[in-house]
Amino acid sequence: MKIHIRNGRIIDAKQGIDAIQDIFIAKGKIVAIGRAPDDFQASRVIDADSLIVCPGLVDLSVRLREPGFEYKATLESEMDAVVAGGVTSIACPPDTDPPLDEPGLVEMLKHRAKSLNLAHVYPIGALTQGLKGERLTEMAELNDAGCVVFGQPDGLLPNLRVLIQAMRYASTFGFGVWLRPQEISLTSDGVAHDGEVATRLGLPVVPVCAETVALSSIILLAKETGVKVHICRVSSAEGLTMIRSAKQQGLAITCDVTINHLHLSDMDIGFFDSNCHLMPPLRSSSDRDALRNSFTDGIIDAICSDHTPVDEDAKLLPFGQSEAGATGVELLLPLTLKWGMEMQLPLLKVLAKITSSPAEILGIDAGHLSIGSAADMCIFDPDYYWKVTPSSILSQGKNTPFLGMELPGKVKYTLVNGHVVYEH
Amino acid sequence: MQLPDAEILFKDLAKKIKNDCDKNVALIGIHTGGVWLAERLHQELEITQPLGTLDVSFYRDDFEKIGLHSEVKRSNIPFEIEGAHIILVDDVLNTGRTIRAAINELFDYGRPAKISLATLVDRGGRELPITAQYTGIELTLPADKILVLKREKSGKLSLDLYDKNLPE
Amino acid sequence: MINRNPQLDENGMLQHLLTTEGLPTSILLHILDTAESFVGVTERDVKKIPLLRGKSIFNLFFEPSTRTRTTFEIAAKRLSADVINLNIAVSAQSKGETLLDTVDNLSAMNADMFVVRHSQSGAAHLIANHVRSDVHVINAGDGSHAHPTQALLDMFTIRHYKKDFRNLSVAIIGDILHSRVARSQIHALTTLGVPEVRVIAPKTLLPKMVERLGVHVYHDMTKGLKNIDVLMMLRLQNERMQGANLPSAEEYFKYYGLTSEKLSLARRNAIVMHPGPMNRGVEIDSAVADGKQSVILPQVTFGIAVRMAVMSILAGNQV
Repeated sequence: MKIHIRNGRIIDAKQGIDAIQDIFIAKGKIVAIGRAPDDFQASRVIDADSLIVCPGLVDLSVRLREPGFEYKATLESEMDAVVAGGVTSIACPPDTDPPLDEPGLVEMLKHRAKSLNLAHVYPIGALTQGLKGERLTEMAELNDAGCVVFGQPDGLLPNLRVLIQAMRYASTFGFGVWLRPQEISLTSDGVAHDGEVATRLGLPVVPVCAETVALSSIILLAKETGVKVHICRVSSAEGLTMIRSAKQQGLAITCDVTINHLHLSDMDIGFFDSNCHLMPPLRSSSDRDALRNSFTDGIIDAICSDHTPVDEDAKLLPFGQSEAGATGVELLLPLTLKWGMEMQLPLLKVLAKITSSPAEILGIDAGHLSIGSAADMCIFDPDYYWKVTPSSILSQGKNTPFLGMELPGKVKYTLVNGHVVYEH
Repeated sequence: MQLPDAEILFKDLAKKIKNDCDKNVALIGIHTGGVWLAERLHQELEITQPLGTLDVSFYRDDFEKIGLHSEVKRSNIPFEIEGAHIILVDDVLNTGRTIRAAINELFDYGRPAKISLATLVDRGGRELPITAQYTGIELTLPADKILVLKREKSGKLSLDLYDKNLPE
Repeated sequence: MINRNPQLDENGMLQHLLTTEGLPTSILLHILDTAESFVGVTERDVKKIPLLRGKSIFNLFFEPSTRTRTTFEIAAKRLSADVINLNIAVSAQSKGETLLDTVDNLSAMNADMFVVRHSQSGAAHLIANHVRSDVHVINAGDGSHAHPTQALLDMFTIRHYKKDFRNLSVAIIGDILHSRVARSQIHALTTLGVPEVRVIAPKTLLPKMVERLGVHVYHDMTKGLKNIDVLMMLRLQNERMQGANLPSAEEYFKYYGLTSEKLSLARRNAIVMHPGPMNRGVEIDSAVADGKQSVILPQVTFGIAVRMAVMSILAGNQV
């Protein structure tokens, strides 16, 4: 299959390209940009006039809900949603049931994903067996099975003795460790940010110090062990400050933020809207503004969707009993574009946060349009506004705080390894 | 149309009651116009029992339709109902539903020996078998009009006519 | 996304009573005024009126509370409604039925009104959002969020003894952090124009940014009770008396328990209130609870009239 993409505005942050050019694909790879190679006979021409052609998006947190939670979503439904969002590579947290702590489970997931022939799936291996925070997993074996990095699920950091050993062990093999900073003893049954809204609504809280206390442990242990650490889902201004100073000290530390936390604050909970029950919780508007502004100094490396499809019944409960999380892989591009427009940032920089930068964190060769690289691409119309409704999103989870909103950016084509896997 | 003078009607009504009853009768006014009228009658007839007042909002049969919006006054029966002769006082008698509600409420206070009804204007249109024993005047009015008693600051009573659709 | 106040219908009429927050002063006063006439009814020999004859009111208690349930039951029965008590804590929920399944089932039995008590904040809002538009929901306490009828009966009691809200200093004393009563009291007091509302508690029993609700924060009874007209004591739950919140009930009583000595720091004619049930010797001394400044028993009596008023106003506000 030879594809000629014509007249698109090509944006590739890694190579610093932002220009209207043609792009040529053969045997699943990009063979030329600008002029066609000799004897190039396209079997398909895609007219990308007034569209943007960028590397396929890389999402650092997408829950496919397999194995174990097929009633919430299945691999099939969620992989359709992934490519509909222009995403071509995803990292999957290990908090499945059973957790991804054995090579067999990882191989099964990779195999199932591969047979669908849609996006690339990169399982995050469990850092400890059963994610219980007691015993280390067979990280090297898991790596052979396909795990590139290792982590713990939300709010379940191992005790510090286990954590430091896990970091040492991972760094032995050069594996990255991904952690979401949340000190469990400061959290208990908390569901909301420790601020005016939780005080008014009488909701149990997850204070900012639960994030910063955990963050300080992680940073100090990372310094001690020299492991590559990725901070998942930073939510507070204070947390950002700590990461900034760790980076300034030269630590191998990266971090991401979710699309939800870039746009929303605890005020959006309104009258107990369980779609705004997220983890980490939506924080104050000053925290949100700090997250929105911190991209310019490069403290936040990536934006992820933290895609968590939740079944309707689990949301139709009192706020504190409802399940945390929001569907979002299809909103990653629109909400990132919306943030970029509101902050008046150049598209090249904006798209870097969902393409080249997360690819580097994940340690994969993706997120760029270099000649000879796999043709994983997203072609979208930046000026097309669409309304988020249960029927306009493919994910089996319809739970998002953005329901009913009009968002910019509609994916027209998604290509993986030179195949059109989605078109609108 | 020319409405009768409420003060003249009041004098007639007071006279009719005086000819018929002694001073031991008990007066109960129905909020709001009935209370004004009862206050005047109480004074004029030199009734010895203290004056009672009723707000029948809690006993109305149109609660389902109109709810409980206007301010409900507290009913006040400062004498023993049991065995008393009571004259219920209301400004305008129409369907009879207000009087039905008032009688129902009275029986929740006790068992009177006798209840009579006094009204300034009987405008007909009865929907229940209720009759006034003492009436200032009988008037025939179109069904879409509302007749109300008004009281000036000086205490002078007058009648006023409204269209049903118009707010008062 | 913040939508319109879910307690009011499109005409601004009270559709549900979920919280005292965000209700206009006129609605609060209408409830208090209506309750005033019901006090008259409750003082008669025949305490029953036919207002809600034929209506079905379901007491849905997901959290056990005999006291509150009983006052709602009495209020409903005095209005001639049919009352059905459901103690869900031990029935449906344990069989895996969800909260809204339970509500659907009862709605199918033609419920006109639900009185809901639940351990989770927001449970009453969830039910109110879910029921048909002609069904009314009264929040009888949800988690740490709200207990509006308690706050309204407290307002009724204050008005009864102090006549005017607009020159009062009121102190709420105790476990503000976990108290739905305190939150509802604060909103009601500020809405009704009380110029000075204080909360007095150790820092472990205060939620963050509580001053944003319009109160002044005190940690010391001596300072906090100065010039106070109304003392609203809160119940301290047993499980909070020791551990990470407080070292012991004894120490709490010594510093925050209301004794005659501490009461003398307030205004001479100050009244003492408590939502009950009281922990004598923990948050309040018996001498004060039974003393002449205590209005704790009248609160209970007024509670029935206030709940009758809320039920009547809601039932009358049909679409």
